[in-house]
Amino acid sequence: MGQVVLKDINKFYDSVHAVIDVNLQIRDKEFVVFVGPSGCGKTTTLRMIAGLEAISSGDISIDGHVVNDLAPMDRDIAMVFQNYALYPHMSVYDNMAFGLKMRKFAKAEINKRVREAADILGIGEYLKRKPRQLSGGQRQRVALGRAIVRHPRVFLFDEPLSNLDAKLRVQMRVELKKLHLRLGTTAVYVTHDQVEAMTLGDRVVVMKDGLVQQVGEPLELYNQPANKFVAGFIGSPAMNFATVTMADGSGRLTAKNSGMEIEVPSTHAERLRPHVGRQLTMGIRPEDLHVAGDADPAGLTFPSKIEVIEQLGSEILLDVRVGDETMVAAVDPTTRAKVQETLRLAVNPKRLHFFDAKSEAAI
Amino acid sequence: MIEGAKWRRWVFFYIPMAFFLLFLLFPFYWMVITSVRPDGELYRPWNSINYNPFWTWKPTWDHVRLLFEETLFASWLWNTMFIALASTVISLICGVFAGYALSRLNFPFAGSLGTGIFITYLVPQTLLFIPLAEIIRNYRLGDTPWSLILTYPTFLIPFCTWLMMGYFKAVPKELEECARIDGASRWQAMIYIIIPVAIPGILSAGIFAFTLSWNEFIYALVFLSSPEQKTVPVGVISELIRGDVFYWGPLMAGALLGSIPVAIAYSFFVEHYVAGLTGSVKG
Repeated sequence: MGQVVLKDINKFYDSVHAVIDVNLQIRDKEFVVFVGPSGCGKTTTLRMIAGLEAISSGDISIDGHVVNDLAPMDRDIAMVFQNYALYPHMSVYDNMAFGLKMRKFAKAEINKRVREAADILGIGEYLKRKPRQLSGGQRQRVALGRAIVRHPRVFLFDEPLSNLDAKLRVQMRVELKKLHLRLGTTAVYVTHDQVEAMTLGDRVVVMKDGLVQQVGEPLELYNQPANKFVAGFIGSPAMNFATVTMADGSGRLTAKNSGMEIEVPSTHAERLRPHVGRQLTMGIRPEDLHVAGDADPAGLTFPSKIEVIEQLGSEILLDVRVGDETMVAAVDPTTRAKVQETLRLAVNPKRLHFFDAKSEAAI
Repeated sequence: MIEGAKWRRWVFFYIPMAFFLLFLLFPFYWMVITSVRPDGELYRPWNSINYNPFWTWKPTWDHVRLLFEETLFASWLWNTMFIALASTVISLICGVFAGYALSRLNFPFAGSLGTGIFITYLVPQTLLFIPLAEIIRNYRLGDTPWSLILTYPTFLIPFCTWLMMGYFKAVPKELEECARIDGASRWQAMIYIIIPVAIPGILSAGIFAFTLSWNEFIYALVFLSSPEQKTVPVGVISELIRGDVFYWGPLMAGALLGSIPVAIAYSFFVEHYVAGLTGSVKG
């Protein structure tokens, strides 16, 4: 079992309100990722679950027991740190065995569990080495192994992959996912990388300035972002935002600015009609733009001037100017385009997002 | 290394280096040569024929023999060793715990307390011995090794504390946090993780403390009076300088023998010692 409940969690550092009213139920066996820019309170929240930071107000419970005042060692959790925090003077084996020794496990049991974890992680041959004799990826595995051997109720990960190079990071990400599927232990994972959040999380918690912005499954965040921040944070390249004015021309609702006039689909019309005459922020993901063809109705296309072309192989990113705004479009790799050329782009009308200009909440 | 023409390496590296070496090692050379030079050569005026101050063709052990046979040099060596080791151990234990507490435990005024401890280190010994002499007299510790073993920590503890504070701050906090999640109490995390990691720092603090107490002069001069209780620095000077007569040979032999243990301690731990001072923790 490993159910974690955060109830009205707050954290103050002197005058700074670092974590504000966080409420979250983490189910048993769930992989929950906290994501957000640095200083958003995600690591603080994780450290409060670990017991490394005191909670200013609220309750944290694990499997129904409030653990607010329990020492880290009594919470039955294991944590993997960003810098691995391997004990430099101990061998890999001793690093992994330390937690079990402290808990007075029998030697045979320690040996069995360490070998088992080493097998899972493929570090069996390094057990006698010291951490400084290992590569970054191997150290990362040892840090994971140290967490696994304890069979804790909850794993806590604090940006465990951010010290690895890009290739290794992708590889370890997959291994983490496999490991979670295999062990089924509840995991709370903190990262600033939205790709990690999307790929690893059963559910993702997006935080900013100490506030939870949205909690949801990865695709839910991608398809129905609760506000402009989540919309811009999730997805790569980031969503394009354009300031538009809603206009009602003979029953057809349009979003208009200096460079485009997009006909709002009937599915959105209901919600947007009250905003006629007001300025809104319209969001379009780069992948929801394509080069306009004959099949695209004129009301969904607009002219754009190409400023930069980025060839990625699987797709082409066009940095374009639309009126006063700049946008990025991810288009088909077979597209032939030249810089400074004018190109008509079309939007996928079902995938338009609208946000209140002031509150930035999704409409 | 210095790149470029050969002469550049000579001018900017070897020659300055040689100059440095000469400058630093000459006193030791002088000490060695004087301690094995017969009296006849030592007291020859500089303008006599065949005057050769830097070398001797007739080395002798007379001075060393005099040290051990006619003075209490052996007991001075023993006293110095005992006092230096005891005060170093006391200071290290206190310094390690105090340094840990000041750098890791968040308690009110930790910062100002740290500064306060450092300030006590700045009080000149030449002033501090006056009140300390009073205390030593009140506790009837005068002329015993304990007068020094208990007073040396007054400057060694601040020194060790300060050094260890710096070192503990360089040890990643996560190591300890991880240990505490792993099931160690604060105390166990310190004993099993932090202190082993800080061993280079502890060694360098220990060597420094040992050297300071080995060489200490003022307190030893004031608190010890009978010849059999003295330490090497005080004993050599008080017994081998009689009025205006300097027994240069035995003096230098005493200085030489007195510096050997320190030199051994340094060379033995030199790698740890450098790592300790540069504060590197290899992960």
